[in-house]
Amino acid sequence: MSKPVPVPTTDTAKFWDACNREELLYQRCNTCGGVQFYPRRSCAACQSSDLAWMPSRGRGSIHSFTIVQRPANRAFDGDVPFVIALIDLDEGFRMMMNVIGDGRLSAAIGRRVQIVFEARTNDQKLPQAELETTP
Amino acid sequence: MAGSALITGAADTPVGRLPEHNCMSMQAAAAREAITDAGLTVNDIDGVLAGFSFTQPHLMLASVFCEYMGLKPGFTTAVQSGGATACTAIMLAAALVETKMCRHVLVVTGDNRLTGLPPGGAAAMLAQVGHPEFEQPYGISVPAAYALVALRYMHEYGVSAEHLAAIAVTQRSYAAQHPHAHMRDPITVDDVMKSRTIAAPLKLLDCCLVSDGAAAVIVSAPHHADGERARIAILGAGQGHTHEHISAAPSLIHFGCNASAQQAFARAGVTPSDIDVAEIYDSFTITLAVELESMGFFGKGEAGRAATAGELGPKGRLPCNTHGGLLSYGHSGAAGGMFHVVEAVHQLRGASGPRQVGGAELAFVHGDGGILSAHCSLVLGRVQR
Repeated sequence: MSKPVPVPTTDTAKFWDACNREELLYQRCNTCGGVQFYPRRSCAACQSSDLAWMPSRGRGSIHSFTIVQRPANRAFDGDVPFVIALIDLDEGFRMMMNVIGDGRLSAAIGRRVQIVFEARTNDQKLPQAELETTP
Repeated sequence: MAGSALITGAADTPVGRLPEHNCMSMQAAAAREAITDAGLTVNDIDGVLAGFSFTQPHLMLASVFCEYMGLKPGFTTAVQSGGATACTAIMLAAALVETKMCRHVLVVTGDNRLTGLPPGGAAAMLAQVGHPEFEQPYGISVPAAYALVALRYMHEYGVSAEHLAAIAVTQRSYAAQHPHAHMRDPITVDDVMKSRTIAAPLKLLDCCLVSDGAAAVIVSAPHHADGERARIAILGAGQGHTHEHISAAPSLIHFGCNASAQQAFARAGVTPSDIDVAEIYDSFTITLAVELESMGFFGKGEAGRAATAGELGPKGRLPCNTHGGLLSYGHSGAAGGMFHVVEAVHQLRGASGPRQVGGAELAFVHGDGGILSAHCSLVLGRVQR
């Protein structure tokens, strides 16, 4: 059993292509100025379709997290205990990611993270978070 | 005409492990019992609202159910909003009755998700409410998503895991007094704290059960002659929606249960302090804590402390989930939320036996679908004939 691999849609293909170049993209609305994630065809705040793709600096902080001991998807059994977090990126959008790396179990609300890319398959990289080591 | 629809019949099957049943057989059993409870026959039913099923997934479950039971209603459809399905279907049934589209609407729910799926099957299917691109690749599950809410809530309000555990303990003590309940052995806060971690901070006993079971109610027009028994009216209903996926929720603290409850209270012309008994969706201990506070029954961060002080118990400020809830009575998919409705009807009829809340005239029922995503609230009341 293998872990789920994102299947890009016509809304998200550009985002996933950028991940393969190790770039994290988000959308900014040219009409209302709001930012949104996940990628969509139109702005969920004002319905405008005039959206710009913006590169994120890939820095943020942990809004909340959980340490999973019993995954519902058995493909994750080998990763236990693993961390799922909601990351607030500095540009003002939120994403779910795993906190990965040796220090992952010292995740805490407010801890700073940097985005890295995990090769989920040969064809698709996935954004993940690592704790910043310098305070 | 708002507030004129009545709940004239309510019934549920036993819950727990029912290997002799399948999805349709248990739904039909609950439906027949609810029709009898309403003093009706199957020919009186002119509307049927069904829910969803994991063991018998179907594009047209309401039609499948009507065919199975031999019903030919004038209106039928399935309703799917996760844990808000039962309350939502009743809100819709009330509208059908109040607009005279139907006279007697059967609302039926049930699933054999414990014995009808392989071990872990229900949890794996539920995990698919996670976003396929932006959540599922990270191993999200429903307990993990609620754990994200729980940790942030504990952080914001200084609430401890023991406070949340007290909610599970209270509900088990109610379930111990219900002959149908799936889990009846008393538990302590220490038992909850020592149960194995599923997704920290949530432990096994913070999580709802997986049960077989079915439940049904009849929503009727007010002129129906239903004998001498107390009449139960749907006095108000409301909904609130902010997101589907937890990563897209505008807040991990404020959810649509606030708008849902405010709308239901306003339509019924009552306030939280008027409510005698509450049956509120409790997929996890954190679910109930967030909802109770969001709806105005307790201050922010106070629900767990209130449970610790016995305020959710039979003699407390707000007797809550008097059948044991999803945590201890049972959780059978859409029927999980319907068990709350059936218990509210029994409480308002004065028919809850040792669990009866003295003088219960006004009940509040709430369903939550997804990760605190889709909310529906009902205010039910015993009314003069």
